[in-house]
Amino acid sequence: MTQPILRLENIKKHFGSVIALDGVSFDLRPGECHCLLGDNGAGKSTFIKTMSGVHSPTEGKIYFEGEEVTFHSTHDAIERGIATVYQDLGMIPLMSVSRNFFMGHEPTRRRMGVHLFNYKLANEVTMDEMRRMGINLRSPEQAVGTLSGGERQTVAIARAVHFGAKVLILDEPTSALGVRQTSNVLHTIDKVRKQGVGVVFISHNIRHALAVGDRFTVLNRGRTLGTAERGKIEESELQDMMAGGQKLAVLDSSLGGTV
Amino acid sequence: MSDETVSDERVKSLSIAQRFLMRPEMGSFCGVILVIIFFLLIASDNGMFNLDGVRNWSVVSAQFAIIAVGACLLMIAGEFDLSVGSMIGFSGMVLAITNVHFGYPMWVGIIAAFVFSVALGAFNGFLVIKTKLPSFIVTLAFLYILRGLTIFMSVTTTSKTILSGMKPAAEADWLAPIFGGEAFKFAFTWMAEKGWIDTFSRGSMEGQPVVSGVPALILWAIGLVIFGQFVLTRTRFGNWIYASGGDAHAAEYAGIPVKRVKVLMFMFTAFCACIFAMCQVTEFGSAGADRGLLKEFEAIICVVIGGALLTGGYGSVIGAGLGAIMFGVVQQGLFFSGAESSLFRVFLGSLLLIAVITNTYIRRRIIGAGD
Repeated sequence: MTQPILRLENIKKHFGSVIALDGVSFDLRPGECHCLLGDNGAGKSTFIKTMSGVHSPTEGKIYFEGEEVTFHSTHDAIERGIATVYQDLGMIPLMSVSRNFFMGHEPTRRRMGVHLFNYKLANEVTMDEMRRMGINLRSPEQAVGTLSGGERQTVAIARAVHFGAKVLILDEPTSALGVRQTSNVLHTIDKVRKQGVGVVFISHNIRHALAVGDRFTVLNRGRTLGTAERGKIEESELQDMMAGGQKLAVLDSSLGGTV
Repeated sequence: MSDETVSDERVKSLSIAQRFLMRPEMGSFCGVILVIIFFLLIASDNGMFNLDGVRNWSVVSAQFAIIAVGACLLMIAGEFDLSVGSMIGFSGMVLAITNVHFGYPMWVGIIAAFVFSVALGAFNGFLVIKTKLPSFIVTLAFLYILRGLTIFMSVTTTSKTILSGMKPAAEADWLAPIFGGEAFKFAFTWMAEKGWIDTFSRGSMEGQPVVSGVPALILWAIGLVIFGQFVLTRTRFGNWIYASGGDAHAAEYAGIPVKRVKVLMFMFTAFCACIFAMCQVTEFGSAGADRGLLKEFEAIICVVIGGALLTGGYGSVIGAGLGAIMFGVVQQGLFFSGAESSLFRVFLGSLLLIAVITNTYIRRRIIGAGD
């Protein structure tokens, strides 16, 4: 089995008197999609923010490619190749797809000592990368605002991968999408995984997670409830774990098993 | 979904006309054509489109354009500067006091004016970044602070609020003609000799062309518009300006130095205001503590008419330049046609309203029905 590219051990995070994470362990191998499941308030957001360098953990260790690391900022994490695509995507709707794609990494051509934005290259690469993800743009100069939610997700993911992400953290990428768009995003995740990128997929939708995940880790009240491999766990078991065990069983019967 | 992609039949391709309509400059471009046709019809026999008439409104347009370029880039970067007018008064007075009161040559005064105004622009930007307050409030404070300081400065040093008599010094200086002089004089003299352009028929200027050259102000305006548009659309930094104004968080996350971009744009706005002041002082040889009143709003109106969004992230420097031309034509056109000049303000206000409504509509079209 391949070595994990990213490993977090016994991560604790306290915000004043609030214990957000109380010893969470997690690891990710290259080319796998590891789903992080949990209900609202389970600590998913805090945990991925620790992973991406927004917070430093109160206790616990982070290993990247076998080496212990400390992230002082998101910049440190990005340098290592840990990219996060947040729910709000970090896309600017009024700017064109190619301007967004290359935001902060603009390709330049030097002309008389001036760094000119290399449009031709930016447009070509954008069109190529989007085509590889299965999206045919009308034009790379199309504003991001004209794309659907799923297409925007795909642009954000393609951008992160293009700029060398080895670990891709996706924060609820499907939670606001329709059925068809969700399927597109899940396909994108599959394509990215096949390129050898490790994907951390955060969701509270078990069906989306089961559709694409290789392993599943459930968080509840700041603790890991365990990690399961694909095919070795049932949807209902995951559901019960996410809700913290017996409580959902009661709810389940009163709703007639529709949750 | 397969690897092979199919084009989405619901996305219509756009015609050239539709693309043109989606460009930010569209409104001001049509506006310029409309006002020129309008005044050609009602004021052409009053000399508005004679050579000296054209020079007259071009100078006014150029004044608007110079400050509009700074305001435009700053607005696209997501901020405002309401202290532009006060900055014009302030930097003009810095030049006048160093020259008239302290007796330094003009070039020392000009350099001092640029240093002070750009430093103040940086301070404005720094305060906005540090306090995270809206730039509207911070620069509104500076609108008053700078105006007050300018009057105080001129009254305590010279006990006057208007300093004049700098014309000979300006003409003799090596740096001042860059702002107050005229270019291509030889071409105009030559054209007058050929009889292609009008000459004065009487008085001390007899035989000389009615327009002796292109005022430096106009060249500065053209140069700044080209520079601004180039930086915005053709360079890496231009992408940073759009991104900083479009969504500062997203831009910062992508590694763009948003704070630096914004402070630089505040400095550039102050720099433009200073150019305006230098041209004015060196051309007329005088500076007044009340110069530049309300200029900040006129600059912002030019920018908005030029298609920029008040919320930042979208706009065009060419558009702002066209907005400035439109203003110059209308302001001087009303004068030439003998209309009541107060109507200009009615026009200004109405135009602003129309522009903002259209821009909001265009913005919705660009980013789709969603947001």
